[in-house]
Order: sequence, then C-alpha cells, then structure tokens
Amino acid sequence: MIFHKYANPNRFLKLATTIQPWAAGATGLFFVTGLYFALLASPGDYQQGETVRIMYVHVPAAWMAMFCYTAMAMAAAVGLIWKHPVADLAARSTAPIGACFTFLALFTGSLWGKPMWGTWWVWDARLTSVLILFFLYLGYMALANAFDDPARGSKAAAILALVGAVNVPVIKFSVDWWNTLHQPASVVKIGGPAIHSSMLVPLILMALAFKAYYIWVLLIRIRGEINAGKIRALRLRQVHGGPPPIAARPSQGVN
Amino acid sequence: MSGFWTIVRRDLKLAQRQGMDSYMVVAFFVIAVVLFPFGVGPEANILARISSGVIWVAALLAAMLSLERLFQIDFEDGSLELMALQPVPLEVVVMAKITAHWLTTGLPLLVATPLLAVFMNLPYEGFWVLVLTLAIGTPSLSLIGAIGAALILGSRRGGVLLSLLILPLYIPVLIFGVSAVDGAISGLSVKAHLLIMAGLLVAALPLCPWAGAGAIRQALET
Repeated sequence: MIFHKYANPNRFLKLATTIQPWAAGATGLFFVTGLYFALLASPGDYQQGETVRIMYVHVPAAWMAMFCYTAMAMAAAVGLIWKHPVADLAARSTAPIGACFTFLALFTGSLWGKPMWGTWWVWDARLTSVLILFFLYLGYMALANAFDDPARGSKAAAILALVGAVNVPVIKFSVDWWNTLHQPASVVKIGGPAIHSSMLVPLILMALAFKAYYIWVLLIRIRGEINAGKIRALRLRQVHGGPPPIAARPSQGVN
Repeated sequence: MSGFWTIVRRDLKLAQRQGMDSYMVVAFFVIAVVLFPFGVGPEANILARISSGVIWVAALLAAMLSLERLFQIDFEDGSLELMALQPVPLEVVVMAKITAHWLTTGLPLLVATPLLAVFMNLPYEGFWVLVLTLAIGTPSLSLIGAIGAALILGSRRGGVLLSLLILPLYIPVLIFGVSAVDGAISGLSVKAHLLIMAGLLVAALPLCPWAGAGAIRQALET
C-alpha cells in the first residue's frame, strides 16, 4: 500500500524533494496571477469600493483555517491508528500553518470589519467560532511541545486534535444559536452566493495560491521535523557512547 | 461494576482524608463570584443581568481547578499503572475517577449555588433552572476535563496547559447553560436548552472515558 510505503521518513523525503519545487512554483505562479487579478484586473465593489479586495486574502485564509484543521485531525487519526510516523509529523507541522491562516483570517476580517461594520470586532457567530478554532490550534501546539519526548507529544496532541474535531461542529452550532438568541441580526454577512465571475476568478486563484503555499511550507516543516529527529538521535548516541550497529538503530526521525 | 465502585470509594476516601480539596473548590467558586460586584459595581439590575453568566463561568473555572490532580498523583506514585493492569477496563477506571471528581467538586458547587444566586441578585425565575443546568452541566465538565487531565500526564507545566486545552471545549456547555437561565428569566421555554445539555452529557458519557483512557495508555507506554 502506497500509504505505508511513505511511513519511512527517508522514502518520504525523496517524494518531498520531488514535489517541493512544483509546490513552490505553483505558489509563485498563483500568487502573481491571483494578486494581479485581485488588485488590478478586478472591479471594486459598487458598495464597498476598494476594500472588497481584502476578501481575496480573507476568504482563502478562512478556508485554509478550516482545511488545515481537517487535515491535521485526519493526519492525527492516521498517526494514532496505523502508528504512521510521517503522519504524526504532518499533523504536528500543519498546526502552526493552520494557526497562522486562522490568525490571518481574523486579522484581515478585523481590518475589513472596521470600514464596513464600523467596528474591529463583533461577537458574531462566525467570528466567535473562528476565534475558538484559533484557541484549539494554540492548545494543540502547546500540548505537542509540552513533552520532553516529541513522539509522546505528537500522540497526546493527536488525541486532542480528534477530540477537537468532534467538538468543532458542536461549538459551531452552539455559537450560531447563542448569537441568534442574544442579538438580532444586526450584522449581516455581506456577499451571498451570487458573486460575479470577475471577482470569483481572483478568489479561486488566491485560494489555489494559499493551498500550494500550504503544501510547500508543510513539506519544508516535515523535512525540518525529520532532520530534528535525526539530530536528536545523533545527540543521544553521542551521550550514550559508541554507535550501535545499524540494525539496532531506531528508525530515524521517529523518536 | 464492583471495580468501578471500589475506585470511586477509594477516591472519595482519599478526598475526605486529605480534606480541604472540596472546600477549596467551593471557596474559590464563592470568592470568584464575589469579586464581580466589586468589579462592576453593586447596582442590582446590572448584577442580575450578568449573574447567570458569572456564576456559570466561575463554576467552570472552579471545576477545572482540581482537574489537574485527577490523574496526576496516581500517575506519579504508580497506582495508575496498577489500575491499568487490573482486569477492569481502563475506561471504567477513568469513568470511576470522573465520578469521584464530580462528587467532590461538581456536587459541592451545586450546594453553594443558592448563596451565590442571592449575592448576585439572580431573579427567582432563573434560580431553579440555574441549579438544573449546573446539575446537568457539571458532569459534562468533569467528563471533558478528564480528557485534558489525562493528556497532560508527564508533560511540563501541566496546570496552565490544561486550561488552554479544556476551556475552548467547555464553550458549548457554557453557552447552553447560560442561555437556559437567561431564557427562564425572560420567560421563554428552556426545554430545548436543557435537552441539548442533556444531549451533550449523553454524548460525552461514552466518548470522554474512551478518549481519556486512550490518553492514559499513551502516557503509561513511555
């Protein structure tokens, strides 16, 4: 099974080396075309004027915030169920990227909210649930790095990611209802399904750029984690004396 | 089943002999709530407006206070390992410890609630609903919190970490608890909220011991 083949970090690194330049190239390409369309070739909104261009960063970032959590939870599940070492590293490496996207979504949303709604922040259902998502990322990262043994941290954090995945829909619904119960719909999300193709094209290009960027950075981070594992193994070997025979070595980068 | 009750009895006995633990939780609960009139001023209607939220948040923080020690002490002195080795499934052990935790923290909080309702000038219509939501909600808090308590075993800086892990997961319980009380005060039907809270509890009842036992197994492996 191809999936098990890449449980070996070295084999995975080979694959990563092949994909990485393509991901980097796609990131550059989509960002250049996307930003061109987003900033120059698309019209301003008839109501919002030029501020609508914040959307081209805000919406892809929000999509990626949710996508990264899903990816992280799935990688965590794979790591727990099949004890797949690279999946553990992938989950671990996704968390900071997802947290950054979430922060970006919140930050650009705040910048967009000030001119549009007249306030930096409202306790709207959507804003609140994204904020909680951000806290979940922070909790995951804190737990993953709280142990002396990183593998143990990954395992504990994987359970947390799965618990969070069960809880995210619950939080989402509760926050939705909480909002409608407590305040009238004073804040209506602008947009709706009808979006003109002149805005949809840059939006999709930017979304693709974000996704390619995610893959690119993810591969770099996983590589970093694997190398950190190797360095740790070497250090341990130094401390404990002479090198053990090759067959007895722990699989590199795992512990 | 007898294994379950043995562990519940053991934990209760320990809590009773070490004393103070339950009192401290209740004392924290009361003092935390009493701070609010100093913070926002003693106007009766403002206090009444925020009373349900303040009492709920304080109950949530108080329930979290003692969570850190739920598994930590047994983990450090090795008794958790022995419990994992006995024929009783680890999930049952976790469930028993959660039950004991609720009996020593959730229940005393419930008992202290009437006093705080008076302090915070909670309207009478909301009082019984508040007690009811706490009665349904605090077991959920203990259940969800047990996952966090199991996850931090063997980590550095456990306590602060625990709050970071658990508080976001507590939000649904808090939201429905407070909206039920607010609904009752403004004369709305609270059945839906109570049913959802009961639903959360019923979902947490099998899932949380399972996840907690998984986390403990990870901790004992290393």
